[in-house]
Amino acid sequence: MAELKYALYTGCTARESTPELLMSTMAVAKKLGIELILLDEASCCGASHLQDFDDFLSLVLNARNICYAEKQELPMLTICNTCQLNTVMTKERLDSDENLKSQVNEKLAEVGLEYKGTSSVRHFLYAIIDDYGLDKLAEQVVKPLNDFNVAAFYGCHNIRPSHIHHVHNAKVIEKDVGEGGGEQAFDTTELLARYNDNENPYNPTSLDRLIEALQGKSVDYESKNKCCGFHADLQSPKTANRLTGTALLDAIDNDADMMVTPCPLCHLNMDVKQHTVAKEMGRDISLPVLHLPQLIGLALGIDPKELGLKHNVAEVNFV
Amino acid sequence: MSTERITKKLTFKTFRFNAETDFLPYFKTYEMEVGKDELVLDILNRIKWEFDGSFSYRRSCRHGICGSCSIKVNGKPVLSCKQNVWELVEIFGTDTLLLEPQSKKRVVKDMIIDKKDFWDKHKAVKPWLEAEIDEHPEAEIRVSPEEAEALLEADYCIQCGNCYYACPAVEVNEEFFGPAQFAKAFRFNADVRDTAKRERLETVREMGPGIWDCVKCFECAEACPKDVDPIGKITKLHNQLFEEGLAQDNVATRHAVGFKHSIKKHGLLDEGELVRYSEGNIGVMKHLPEAIAMFKKGKIVMPWNMPKSKNLDEIKTLIKTSSKVKF
Repeated sequence: MAELKYALYTGCTARESTPELLMSTMAVAKKLGIELILLDEASCCGASHLQDFDDFLSLVLNARNICYAEKQELPMLTICNTCQLNTVMTKERLDSDENLKSQVNEKLAEVGLEYKGTSSVRHFLYAIIDDYGLDKLAEQVVKPLNDFNVAAFYGCHNIRPSHIHHVHNAKVIEKDVGEGGGEQAFDTTELLARYNDNENPYNPTSLDRLIEALQGKSVDYESKNKCCGFHADLQSPKTANRLTGTALLDAIDNDADMMVTPCPLCHLNMDVKQHTVAKEMGRDISLPVLHLPQLIGLALGIDPKELGLKHNVAEVNFV
Repeated sequence: MSTERITKKLTFKTFRFNAETDFLPYFKTYEMEVGKDELVLDILNRIKWEFDGSFSYRRSCRHGICGSCSIKVNGKPVLSCKQNVWELVEIFGTDTLLLEPQSKKRVVKDMIIDKKDFWDKHKAVKPWLEAEIDEHPEAEIRVSPEEAEALLEADYCIQCGNCYYACPAVEVNEEFFGPAQFAKAFRFNADVRDTAKRERLETVREMGPGIWDCVKCFECAEACPKDVDPIGKITKLHNQLFEEGLAQDNVATRHAVGFKHSIKKHGLLDEGELVRYSEGNIGVMKHLPEAIAMFKKGKIVMPWNMPKSKNLDEIKTLIKTSSKVKF
C-alpha cells in the first residue's frame, strides 16, 4: 500500500475543549504510519451557524481552508463530522457552479490564493477504513476489546445528507480509478460499495465494523444514527438535553460498557453533559464516551496518557 | 427465455393498533413471496387483501404526488408507492422488515395517523400567496424562469409529512413548526409576487416554534421523497432574517453572529467567549457546572492561551471584503 499522507484540518474543538481528540489522532496516526501535516492556517468552518448569518463568507473561509490542502497537494483529513460536512458542502457547491467559484476566487485572490478543487476531503473514520483498511488495522490490535460492549454513535454530519457525501465520494472514486474509470465509475455499484463513507444513513455500518475489527462487541441500539442535539444546545437546551439523554440511555439500556463517536461535538454533549442530562431525563447516567481515535488507540496498545483519557469528563474507568 | 417470476420470501412485522378498541398496540407478522418490482404499497395492499381486511392505511394517487401513503420501514420514512421493497432488504441486510406508522404516538388505526398538528402548523406559516392582484386583470402576471428557479424546488413539497415526523426536534418539542412548514414559508417568501414575506419571517423567527430550534441533523433532507431539502430552506430563512433586518437580538442570533467575531479575532473559534457572547454575562452562569467540570479536566483554554490561525491577516482581510451581512 502507498504511504498514507494527509493535510489535517483539526477544526476548533480539537484545539480547545477536546484536546484529547488531537492527541489521540496524532498518536494513532503515528502508530499506523500515517503522516499528518497540520493545516495551521485553517480557520473555523462556521459549524453551520456562520452559514445562517453569512453564507458567502462561510464559503470563502472554507474554500480558503481547502486551498491550503491543495497547496500541499494532499487530501484534507477532518476529525469532526461538522467540519467534514461544511467543507464537503462548500467543495461540492464550488465544483458544480463556475459562477460561484469565480466569485469566491475573486475574494481569495486578494490574499494570493486560488481554489482549484483538486483536494478531496476525508473524515478520519473513513480514512482508517477505506484507505488504511480494516483487515490491516485488525492485524495491529494488541489489546483486543473483547470484554467490552461498545455503542457506536455516528453523529449526523458524516452520514447525512447522504447525496452530498455520495457525490463527493463518486468523484474521489473516479479519480482513484483513473481515466479508464470515467463515467462508468459513477454507475458502478460494486465500486461505490468499496467506499464505506457511501453508507446508508438509515443503516450505517462503518463504525460498527471498526469496533468488531478491534474485537469489541458492537451494541445494537436504535439511537446510533440519531442526533445529539448539539447545534441547539444554547437556544433550545431542553430539546438538546432530551436528544442527548435518549441516546445515552438507549446505549445503557442495551448493555453498553462505553460509547464511541467520530464527532467531537457529539462527544461534548455525550461526555460533558451527562449530569445535566440525567436531571432532564430523571435517571442516573454514567457512561464512558470515547473519541474514535481513543478507542482505536487503546486496542493498539497506546499508552492511555498519549490518548488523553484524563481529559474525558465521564471517567474512563476500565483502563 | 425463462418466464419464471423471481421472488424472495420476506417477513413483515407490522404495527397494529385501533384507538377505538385496543388498549395497547401490538405487532402482527405476515410472510409472503415478494417480487423484485413490488413496492411497499403493494405489500400494504396484499396484507389487507390476502391476510386481514381490517388492516388500515392511507393511499390515493399511487404516483408519488399525493403524499398519503407515507409510513416508516425499519425506521426509514418512505413514500409507500415509490419505495421498492427489495431495495429496503438490501439497505438493511435483512429479510424481516418492520412496518410502522410515521408517528406511533399519533396513531388512529394501524398505519393511519392523526396529522392535525402537521396541518395546524402548516397553516400557521401562511402557506399561500399573498398579493395585490387585480380581480379583472388585462394581462397575465409573468414570472420569469430565473424568478421561478429562486424557489429552489420548494414548491415540489407534497406535504407527505416524512420530514416532519422524522424530525427529532418535533419529537421532543411539540411547539416546533417543523421542516415541511419552514420549506413552505420559504417557498412563498421566495415568490416575487408575494407580499407577506415580513409576516412569515416574524412567525418563524420565534424561539421554541421557530427556525432557531432546528438541531441541524439533516433528517428532513434525507427523508424527503421529493428532494425539497427542507434544511436548506431553513438556512435560507435564517439568511433572510438577517438580510431583511428582522433578526432579533437573542441567544440564537448572537450565536450565529458570534462566529464571525471570533473567527475575525482568532481564525479559530473562541468557544468559551462564544458561549458568553451568545448567552450574555448573566445567562452564561447557567453553564457554570459544565464549565467547572471541563476546567478540572483541562478542557478550558484560557484567553491568554487561545490558539490563533496562522496567516490570520488573510482571514481578517477576507472577512472585511467578503462579508455581505450586517447585524
